[in-house]
Amino acid sequence: MLAGHLIFAGLLCLTCFSAFAQQGKLLATPVATQFEGTGGGGLVPFATLSGYASREEISINSFVTHLAVNDFSLNAYGASVNWFDRLEVSVTDQKLGVEPLQTDIRQRVYGVKTRLYGDIVYSYWPQISVGAQFKRLKDTDVASAAGADKTRGTDYYLAMTRLHLGALQGYNLLWNLTLRSTAAHQTGFLGFHNSRQLQLEGSAAVLLGRHVAVGVEYRSKPDQLTFAQEDDWSDVFVAWFPNKRINLTVAYADLGAVAGQRNQRGLYLSTTFYLH
Amino acid sequence: MLHRMKNNTIILGLLLCCLAGCTGPMVAQDDNLYSALGGRQGIDNIIGRFIYLLGDEPKVNKHFEKTDLDRFYAKFTEQICQISGGPCEYTGDTMSQSHDGMNITETEFNLLVELLIDAMEGEQIPHPAQNRLLRLLAPMREDILYR
Repeated sequence: MLAGHLIFAGLLCLTCFSAFAQQGKLLATPVATQFEGTGGGGLVPFATLSGYASREEISINSFVTHLAVNDFSLNAYGASVNWFDRLEVSVTDQKLGVEPLQTDIRQRVYGVKTRLYGDIVYSYWPQISVGAQFKRLKDTDVASAAGADKTRGTDYYLAMTRLHLGALQGYNLLWNLTLRSTAAHQTGFLGFHNSRQLQLEGSAAVLLGRHVAVGVEYRSKPDQLTFAQEDDWSDVFVAWFPNKRINLTVAYADLGAVAGQRNQRGLYLSTTFYLH
Repeated sequence: MLHRMKNNTIILGLLLCCLAGCTGPMVAQDDNLYSALGGRQGIDNIIGRFIYLLGDEPKVNKHFEKTDLDRFYAKFTEQICQISGGPCEYTGDTMSQSHDGMNITETEFNLLVELLIDAMEGEQIPHPAQNRLLRLLAPMREDILYR
């Protein structure tokens, strides 16, 4: 984890001294980075691509996420590039610390997302994007022991996002709906099934001013591993956008039962750096 | 289980409310917005400040090199007065006409919106009123970009 901390510190320095952050979108538009590496809330991918690049710009972004629940910790860090607000490519390393087993499960996620239509603020219909997350477990022991069919798999999703100016007593309202096709158990940490299921995910947030958003998220999960029940995930979050270089998000997350451990709830912290 | 179902219902309800608020055609006017902006004087101050801020932004002020700024000021304030429910009638050109040939990009447009927001902040316009004005102006974007 020292490497992770050093990277974090390095990115912070880079962000502070960066004179190159892209500016083409309004503050808070990209929201945050979800823990699998793509632009979105904390748990759910949005139709927005990472960073502030408009269709004339390219942005480079990175993030660090830490989630600590009763018996597990999830750490993720990654980077993404957004080309002209049309294509986003990301790479993320995740590590799930499993305290009862005194072991870590590492997974790498390669993400790609493309904006098919619209702008969350200005277009008539919501912004629509499709994406894929190519997931590959590096530590496969727990998945094998749990009876998973595979140790790698791909999620596909369709996301719709809209920001309504002044819709809530003059405050801006953002909502997102994501439809995901997945074979992953616990987002991949417990391996992958042979067959896929369709899952629904959603987020809603109110922007309390130019710099702060509060919201909720919900992510339904497949429950395909006979070894342990898998629950839906949800969270309540506060996102702070001091400027276009950085986003800080704090959330309280409820993961339900994970690998036989019930009532997994705890604190989620995430930082997104808009490097260029 | 019940706890989770309750969470589900709350969140689903919230999402459905959001979907119900899915945008359709914007309301053309917003009556008490005019007074929230400070009436005619308030609007004049906002646009005056906006033009002043524009002066420091070479990325966009290049589009104003050939503009008659007095006319721009008069027409823009007139337009905002009308759409915010004030006693004015906009007598300027359409958005398409006035922006033809400028090839205004998304980046430039969004920068101008931010300058307008900065101008409203500078005039201490309350956040809800700012958003309500932006909401009225937003549909004009498609007539302004890339012509």
